[in-house]
Amino acid sequence: MEKVITCINCPVGCRMTVMLSDAGDVLSVSGNTCPRGDKYARQECMLPLRVITAVLPVPGSPTPLSVKTASPVPKDAIPEVMRELSRVRPVLPVHAGDVIVKNILDTGADIVATRSLL
Amino acid sequence: MTEKRVDLLVIGAGPAGLAAAIAAKETGIDSLLVLEREKDPGGILRQCIHNGFGLHRFKEELTGPEYADRDIARAMELHIPIRCGTTVLSVSSGRKVTCVSPSEGLQIYQAGAVILAMGCRERPRGALCTPGTRCAGIYSAGTAQRFVNLEGLMPGKRVVILGSGDIGLIMARRMTLQGAEVLACVEIMPYSSGLNRNIVQCLQDYSIPLYLNHTVTEIRGRERLEGITISQVDENRKPIPGTDISFDCDTLLLSCGLIPENELSLGAGVRLSPATSGPVVNENFETSVPGVFACGNVLHVHDLVDHVSRESALAGKAAAEYIRSGAAGAETIQVTDGDGVRGTVPQMIHRNASADIDLMFRPAGVYRSSAAVVRCGGEEILRKKAMIYTPGEMAVLTLKAELLQRLPDSVLTVSIERTE
Ligand SMILES: Cc1cc2nc3c(=O)[nH]c(=O)nc-3n(C[C@H](O)[C@H](O)[C@H](O)COP(=O)(O)OP(=O)(O)OC[C@H]3O[C@@H](n4cnc5c(N)ncnc54)[C@H](O)[C@@H]3O)c2cc1C
Ligand code: SF4
Repeated sequence: MEKVITCINCPVGCRMTVMLSDAGDVLSVSGNTCPRGDKYARQECMLPLRVITAVLPVPGSPTPLSVKTASPVPKDAIPEVMRELSRVRPVLPVHAGDVIVKNILDTGADIVATRSLL
Repeated sequence: MTEKRVDLLVIGAGPAGLAAAIAAKETGIDSLLVLEREKDPGGILRQCIHNGFGLHRFKEELTGPEYADRDIARAMELHIPIRCGTTVLSVSSGRKVTCVSPSEGLQIYQAGAVILAMGCRERPRGALCTPGTRCAGIYSAGTAQRFVNLEGLMPGKRVVILGSGDIGLIMARRMTLQGAEVLACVEIMPYSSGLNRNIVQCLQDYSIPLYLNHTVTEIRGRERLEGITISQVDENRKPIPGTDISFDCDTLLLSCGLIPENELSLGAGVRLSPATSGPVVNENFETSVPGVFACGNVLHVHDLVDHVSRESALAGKAAAEYIRSGAAGAETIQVTDGDGVRGTVPQMIHRNASADIDLMFRPAGVYRSSAAVVRCGGEEILRKKAMIYTPGEMAVLTLKAELLQRLPDSVLTVSIERTE
């Protein structure tokens, strides 16, 4: 199978073609100008990761709380993480860096506050 | 009304104002004051809750609020007074600053030096000439960002984004994550002005189609937006008949560029550059009005806050030097835009400048395998090759101080040339 991936590591934005085996293993990467592209393409094919950021409503506060995953989580987990977060209601006061949800959906990543609400 | 004296007055407590104030204070300016219109410091970063800030400066990816908090914490540590909820109404050419706040009313400061750090604003709808009725549901992307991220309000459920600048791309993802359906991102140019990273992670990750060479040709709806039509455009950016695509949507977000907030600058009599829409400055970030400095997005629109912080710290140091030693004398070198280059900052340089100078500019188009070249009196004095120059990324050329003394002429021209 063939997959086309745009490298995001610099403005050149190389379009790379990745050949995948039936088992989903990377056979080859072409179209990259430098090794960073190769590494990124392999990661994107094997396990694409993203940091998720979101805002959560906080009872008693007109301002919502902004949060992030403390480390990147698998891209496929984004919808589920958002669904899980929509049920979370943080309690005042919150300090930047506070853990709001520990190890969300067993991704290994905590949800932490990126601002304070006092 | 009594006038208060202050050595340094900084207008705006975004990353620019904070970095400038911190740098000035660190060099020993104790009489200083930062005025901020909003109720909290941090500027536009407060609403930029996504991550990706500070990679250059802190070597880690922070969210906007986290980046701002680092500067705010440092300002607190240095006991820099930041007066929030205070709007500056005018700045005179003699550096008299008039401001107003609910708690203190109208106040006037006579400042030894003023740093303009008011940021930028989004191009409003009027400036875009989008056709159609004036119904509710049309917002600038930044306004929508503020609604969602600071006020917890969703502007709509079915969304189209016009313009593929970074703020529009970021908002496509935010609206999707917070539960809306984003139908399309529409860009009139053949390329996006946003970062590849944002095209991939904000559009492709969520299967949001990007229509290049397209624009909005009809807006439908009476009270509330009901739908829009987009059409393909030809090379002159004129719609091509018969290429219409129609969308049912209740929200249109406009992400069509930023311009420096230049009302106060104009009032102060500061000369503006037609290329940047911000003040003309020298290598000290001093404007055409002595003792009035400018940095950050009020000077020229940046894409990376890291650059804003660096430039603003230099402006803060220079303002401190002005307060201590007075004016630096007339500039003798002029910097102009050549082919492929728009809005080089600084526009003026002192020949006896003692530090290296970063020339910052925007490429006028997409240039592959090209070099940015600085010429003076027909002689090439600097060349920097790159695989790509794009309008989406500010380019920087560092001019060595020792080079300045032996320039053959008083005009520098920056241009981009293809190398093949
Ligand atoms: C909507 C939007 C989204 C952006 N998103 C990103 C992004 O995702 N990533 C990125 O790297 N960059 C982003 N930018 C660019 C970002 O603006 C800069 O990186 C940086 O914040 C600029 O800093 P600044 O201090 O110059 O301006 P700002 O952060 O805008 O700060 C200016 C401050 O001046 C205050 N002010 C203005 N006028 C007055 C007055 N008359 N009196 C008193 N105070 C005043 C304002 O309230 C504000 O707090 C965005 C810009 C905008 C407009
Ligand atoms: S492969 Fe290398 S040159 Fe190409 S976009 Fe990625 S980082 Fe840039």
